[in-house]
Amino acid sequence: MKDDLNAFLEIFEDAKSYGEGPLSGKTIAIKDNMLFEGHKATAGSKILEGFVAPYDATVVKKLKEAGAIIVGRTNMDEFAMGSSTESSAYGVTKNPHDPERTPGGSSGGSAAAVAAGLVWGSLGSDTGGSIRQPAALCGIVGLKPTYGRVSRHGLIALGSSLDQIGPFAKTVSDAELIYNVIKGQDPMDSTTISEDTYSARKKFGKTIGVPRDFVEKEGISEEVKKNFEEAIAKFESLGYGIMDISLPSLAYALSAYYIILPAEASSNLARFDGVKYGIHKDGENSIDDYFKTRGEGFGEEVRRRIILGTYVLSSGYYDEYYGEAQKAKEAITAELRQAFRSVDLVLTPTTPSPAFKFGEKSSPLEMYLEDIFTVPANIAGCPAISLPSGFSGKLPLGIELTADLGREDNLFKAGKDFLNEN
Amino acid sequence: MDAQKVLDLAKLARIEMGAEEAKRLSHEFDAILDYVSEVKKVSSNLPLQRGRMEGVYNVMRQDGEPHASGIYTEKMLLQAPAREGNYLKVKKIL
Repeated sequence: MKDDLNAFLEIFEDAKSYGEGPLSGKTIAIKDNMLFEGHKATAGSKILEGFVAPYDATVVKKLKEAGAIIVGRTNMDEFAMGSSTESSAYGVTKNPHDPERTPGGSSGGSAAAVAAGLVWGSLGSDTGGSIRQPAALCGIVGLKPTYGRVSRHGLIALGSSLDQIGPFAKTVSDAELIYNVIKGQDPMDSTTISEDTYSARKKFGKTIGVPRDFVEKEGISEEVKKNFEEAIAKFESLGYGIMDISLPSLAYALSAYYIILPAEASSNLARFDGVKYGIHKDGENSIDDYFKTRGEGFGEEVRRRIILGTYVLSSGYYDEYYGEAQKAKEAITAELRQAFRSVDLVLTPTTPSPAFKFGEKSSPLEMYLEDIFTVPANIAGCPAISLPSGFSGKLPLGIELTADLGREDNLFKAGKDFLNEN
Repeated sequence: MDAQKVLDLAKLARIEMGAEEAKRLSHEFDAILDYVSEVKKVSSNLPLQRGRMEGVYNVMRQDGEPHASGIYTEKMLLQAPAREGNYLKVKKIL
């Protein structure tokens, strides 16, 4: 396999089949934040350089049992913090459609590997859009399942109330096949759900809600808006009913996300101290060891978010930021669930623009705005899928469908209709 | 947020940081905090709809059926930067 894109951080020389099952003979890549016993996992960070996984993540165990051949670990933004794979400590990944542009992120390597045909499918993790956004920018299918649908055991944690593992593939049917293998309740992850946690009684009525107040805001490129209207027209031609809906709370989703996420990340990343695993930098005394290890081991974006998280959780600011963000989370979830009483799916673009050039997003905030359409599904826990919806020049575009909690089935039905897979 | 505050926070987070980075971050934080502060309008602008997250509850179980003592020790310690016997090794604290 020739990897000109730096999609892979490592191609496993010992790749082989561990069993027989629905994925027999299929090549799969895993994001560098999932543990595969006896193999390196660094989460794209220097602080975990040389770390070898002592056990299998549940998703890896399931892939093995299903007969998949896990061929390598893919590049990612450091600790999945980013939307371009530029924050990886091991170099950027190039977009297969234009090597001067990013593949998106944070699961950029997993998306690029599938889009370039290096593997049949791959796994990514999605905390605020890290599967769907790179899927859109690379022109493939990417699914974030319902929170709790897929076990996070053995996934290096970013934001534990938001993180979810999901598949990348070229078709909805392939993504569904991987999803069916990796999903399921797991005693090793107490947040996993069962098949009957959420009701699946409501029949699929082919109705799609379009939150125009949310979609038609400034900062969304004209080509994305045009492509989005074409996607709506296509769904109409397929017999779907399109309804305008109003979801005013979604305007607060990104703000809430960039409070909740750094808060959880700052706590989750406290474990990297140079004592238990990963690199160790020597200081004058024990606490100085922590300062040096974390100071040298964490890259810029990780430091930024840890400090932001420390701030919003600190005494005197906690209620003002974290408390308010939790209220926003409640409002967003309630509003989305209310919408799903009258529509089966909510449709938005996946990203505000097609793939951008390396270094193009000059400030952190500009990069954060890349997640505007994907973050609400993580905040509410809902499943969402990005589908390839055409091109702007040579650059792919994507649309995103979001479904009610537990209703991945509706995403697959509409996704297959949209991509003419039936 | 001024640079000194960033340095104080970095200290809390156990991250060594130089003055220049703290200064740069302080400007970025002003922009980020300005943006995320939008969230404070939620309480006043939106009717707060309670009763979300059906199906979300604490999952508890009895302690029991532990694995045999020590069977993972070697595997875990293999990843430690420094060890002494079956212990993680750190510098003297007292």
